[in-house]
Amino acid sequence: MDVMPKWAEVVLVPLISLILAAILSALVILAIGEDPVEAVNLMITGALGSTYGWGYTLYYATNFLFTGLAVSVAFHAGLFNIGGEGQAMLGGLGVALACLLIPWPHWTLALIGATLAAGLFGAAWAAIPAFLQAKRGSHIVITTIMFNFIAAGLLNYVLVNLMRPAGSMDPATARFPETVHLPTLHDILGTVGISFSKAAPANVTFLIAVVACVLVWLLLWRTWLGYEIRSYGKSEAAAKYAGISPVAITMIAMLISGALAGMMAINNVMGEAERLVLNAVEGAGFIGIAVALMGRSHPFGVFLAAILFGFLYQGGAELALWTSIPRELIVVIQALVILFTGALDNMVRMPLERLFLMMRRGDA
Amino acid sequence: MTLFNKLLGASAALALSAGAALAEPALIFDLGGKFDKSFNEAAFNGATRWSEETGESFREIELQSEAQREQALRRFAEAGSNPIVMAGFAFGDALGQVAADYPDTSFVIIDMVVDAPNVRSVVFNEHEGSYLVGMMAAQASSSGTVGFIGGMDIPLIRKFACGYAQGVKAVNPDATVIANMTGTTPAAWNDPVKGSELTKAQISQGADVVYAAAGGTGVGVLQTAADEGILSIGVDSNQNYLHPGKVLTSMMKRVDNAVYEAFTDGPGLETGFQVMGLANGGVGYAMDDNNASLVSADMQASVDDAAAKIAAGEVAVHDYMSDDSCPVLNF
Repeated sequence: MDVMPKWAEVVLVPLISLILAAILSALVILAIGEDPVEAVNLMITGALGSTYGWGYTLYYATNFLFTGLAVSVAFHAGLFNIGGEGQAMLGGLGVALACLLIPWPHWTLALIGATLAAGLFGAAWAAIPAFLQAKRGSHIVITTIMFNFIAAGLLNYVLVNLMRPAGSMDPATARFPETVHLPTLHDILGTVGISFSKAAPANVTFLIAVVACVLVWLLLWRTWLGYEIRSYGKSEAAAKYAGISPVAITMIAMLISGALAGMMAINNVMGEAERLVLNAVEGAGFIGIAVALMGRSHPFGVFLAAILFGFLYQGGAELALWTSIPRELIVVIQALVILFTGALDNMVRMPLERLFLMMRRGDA
Repeated sequence: MTLFNKLLGASAALALSAGAALAEPALIFDLGGKFDKSFNEAAFNGATRWSEETGESFREIELQSEAQREQALRRFAEAGSNPIVMAGFAFGDALGQVAADYPDTSFVIIDMVVDAPNVRSVVFNEHEGSYLVGMMAAQASSSGTVGFIGGMDIPLIRKFACGYAQGVKAVNPDATVIANMTGTTPAAWNDPVKGSELTKAQISQGADVVYAAAGGTGVGVLQTAADEGILSIGVDSNQNYLHPGKVLTSMMKRVDNAVYEAFTDGPGLETGFQVMGLANGGVGYAMDDNNASLVSADMQASVDDAAAKIAAGEVAVHDYMSDDSCPVLNF
């Protein structure tokens, strides 16, 4: 029997973590002479107070959904994939190649093609650490994080030397052709008569991310493969005894994980920038870890956590615009939330568990 | 400290008035960061000067990554900021996308040309200013070898280097110019450690004057030059004060004036193409108490003479960006 009831596990622990992070952030803001209440107000109105804000919040949330799901799938197999950043970068390269080299007749076809390319590139980037883990026992945490740096170096080289259009000083690819531009939420909601900000980048990819959540849930809890992944993650020895191949599960889980991280690129590269720029991922690969931890690696939890981080990201951008809180401190605030919800989970969980145990003993 | 307090006060007022859509001008800094002591800081100084003179406030943001450019531009335009000034060539593409969506907002871009009816493009003749400091470098050098350290390896920075090398050769045709770039990505604008390493490498090759055209990276160049006892030349802002008596001069690129003028002209400013050169005070070299002992009267006279000739069109300095080549320097 679990120590804590389900609701406490799912709601209370993240909530208390968040409140702690908020209190510390408020202290940070106070220490530099700004008003924390005003800052929170700014964040809320900026991220949720208009369709423009929602457009950006959902755009960021889409990124985090993909990377969060990626980390979750690997997590269920007992693998800690912290290479989402690099896998998403490579996914971006796949999207850019697909969009620039193939003359797509319509965006729907381009979207399918680009999604496949993004998934393939992301999966390929995850395949090497996965293989090293499965066959050679090289620790996946070390290899995936190192592959982030290799990916950054590779992208740097490709953008500066190979894909930069002649005469451009900016290390970025050319613009994708008009036909591959994805419809934004403005276009989609416009067809049913709802007006949505035209400037915001949230696009059809958000719906794909939601579908991906459902598919990941089906995969993990309604298929043989999902069962094998979860059993392998819970107990490697038992899974082996049951005839589950560790090599196959490690490879498959990491390939799915890498493909999901790579697919983030259809949102940021194809949907928003419409060209591949340096640092296009903007740390979403790492945020995905926090999202997966906070969402308890469950697709629905990941969905909620992704929206929350989308809000934090967009709210943070608003803070940077309208106050003189320096950009470094906004990173500090975001990092505090990640620290509390992700890394310091046990700090909140253990006292709570003790509390619930005491209450139960009291009842008995 | 008082400036810091003033800034905090101003920002508190800003925070309170946020949300209201005022036609405040806005300034967007590039990745080097606002206080890079160079390019972005020059832009900030111009905006601050305008703010102090008029008593009005302005909005500003420092970018955290490449991907934010378009969001920052759109956010300011949505909020009704006008005009919106952006410091840096890298905004060209984003602005090309955004400008048409906000036809009533005036945009000003520095160091890049964007062809749109509501955009003013300000470019500088950096090769002319660099020529002048190149002449000074050659006269101050006793080894006959001078260095150049650029930021990101782009045609714009090669333009600095090429003008500088021409100035050096004009004084001493036998002089050697060593040119290095910090990197190939925008991160090269803010890498003082690498700047310092490059400076040491150039010193080991005999350079005794180095010119940094590298944004925040230049802070490391100037520091190392001062530590190692050679002269350095600053860029964009007047950087002579950073190491008094160690910085020969600074190539002034009056980004501050460009920002100041844009803010003064206000919404509906005259758009189009603006070239800031020696003739209209857009570039020049810095003289103050900090470097007075380093620059002899002869040196100054010869440089002023050349400046007058360039302004009058009698001496032509080759512009690297006109044909992507430099007659006196190989990269």
